[in-house]
Amino acid sequence: MEQQPEQLSFDFYKEKPHIARQSRDELRLTLGKFAGPLDLLLYLIKQEQANIFDIPIARITDEYLKYIRLMKSFDITLAADFLVMAATLIEIKSKMLLPKEITEETEEEMEDPREALVRQLLEHQKFKNASQMLYERSTVEQAVFGRGKIESDENNAETNASVFDLLTVFQKILSRHKEEVQMEIEREEVSLADMIKSLKKQIFEKKELSLLAFFEEMHTRRELVTAFIAVLEIVRTEGVKLMQTATFGDIILKKI
Amino acid sequence: MEIEEKQPRSIAEIISIVEALVFVADEPITVKTLSDVLEEDRETIEAAVEELKQEYEDRTGGLQLREIAGGWQISTRTEYHEEVRKYLKTRPNAKLSLAALETLAVIAYKQPVTVPEILEIRGVQSASAIKTLLDKKLITAKGRKETVGRPMMYGTSKDFLLQFGLKDLSELPSIEDFEDLVQ
Repeated sequence: MEQQPEQLSFDFYKEKPHIARQSRDELRLTLGKFAGPLDLLLYLIKQEQANIFDIPIARITDEYLKYIRLMKSFDITLAADFLVMAATLIEIKSKMLLPKEITEETEEEMEDPREALVRQLLEHQKFKNASQMLYERSTVEQAVFGRGKIESDENNAETNASVFDLLTVFQKILSRHKEEVQMEIEREEVSLADMIKSLKKQIFEKKELSLLAFFEEMHTRRELVTAFIAVLEIVRTEGVKLMQTATFGDIILKKI
Repeated sequence: MEIEEKQPRSIAEIISIVEALVFVADEPITVKTLSDVLEEDRETIEAAVEELKQEYEDRTGGLQLREIAGGWQISTRTEYHEEVRKYLKTRPNAKLSLAALETLAVIAYKQPVTVPEILEIRGVQSASAIKTLLDKKLITAKGRKETVGRPMMYGTSKDFLLQFGLKDLSELPSIEDFEDLVQ
């Protein structure tokens, strides 16, 4: 994120619109970092030094469409909002081209086709100015600091813990506990030879042995590894077969 | 007949107690709370707070007493933000994007307001800006509008007042004041 220099005011109107490629298929037209068709329109009106209450609609529409085409030339999916505005502009333009039938009824009622748009632009402009005010306020506010929190029962981290905090702590205790156990109790190391001997004994007694059950008897990783090697060894040297009846199912050690 | 009467406090004493309470309060403390604790009437408290505020101003020290988000708070003066920040080892919060600010402005002035109404004014979809504002707790959902589709309505929160240094919403300049700024 870019670090903005601290500035108390920001001239939204000074910024030029520019096209910023965001990703392959999203293009954003920004005006003073505000995105949107109303912004583009306001900018164009300013650019043309036109009166907002008397928008030269043909010229502005041309300019607007020029921007739209520019965006399209980048092979970009245009935001629907921009197209809606283009359609609105063209509609207004065509309405204004139509010869006005002056009848007694319409003469007074005739609404300027631009009126709705002008209203929307003015409304938009107000909020743009209001957001500038908010920007300034928040900047000033960031320079003001309250007192740090006083420790009390309510905001004390110890009592303010959520279930998840408790879980985290509990997990920590558990893991510490595990380490302790491992340090205190020294397991008898089982040699590979012993392991093979015990495995052989089990197979010969039971004729069949579930590999899962055999591995489950192991307590440590080291024992597991030894047990695994013992199985490999016994399959290689003794007459023992490995059988699996289902995919991913248990494997049975069987004496041939 | 003797009526047990509390020794009335002097104004100076009331001011001192108010200062102590404002100091310990984690959040801006309201006149009502102060008046409940002190068992003095509103007017007395209001006068005391104003007097205290004046004292802070006259002293021109590092602190100020100000009204914010419906209560009173003791805070540092803006002039010393660099040193305070250096000590606290904090940096200014990430600024809101201008799109988010614009959306916030619409919500602040038009609340309670729905997404379609925001779109109408901004001329752009504002979904991501609204999400940002909700995440930052600057706005909250204010129920649904009884109209087609029952869209969610949004309004500003107390955090909004705090972050923008406002006493209450009425302190926002009138939206009509922004009309003539740019032409």
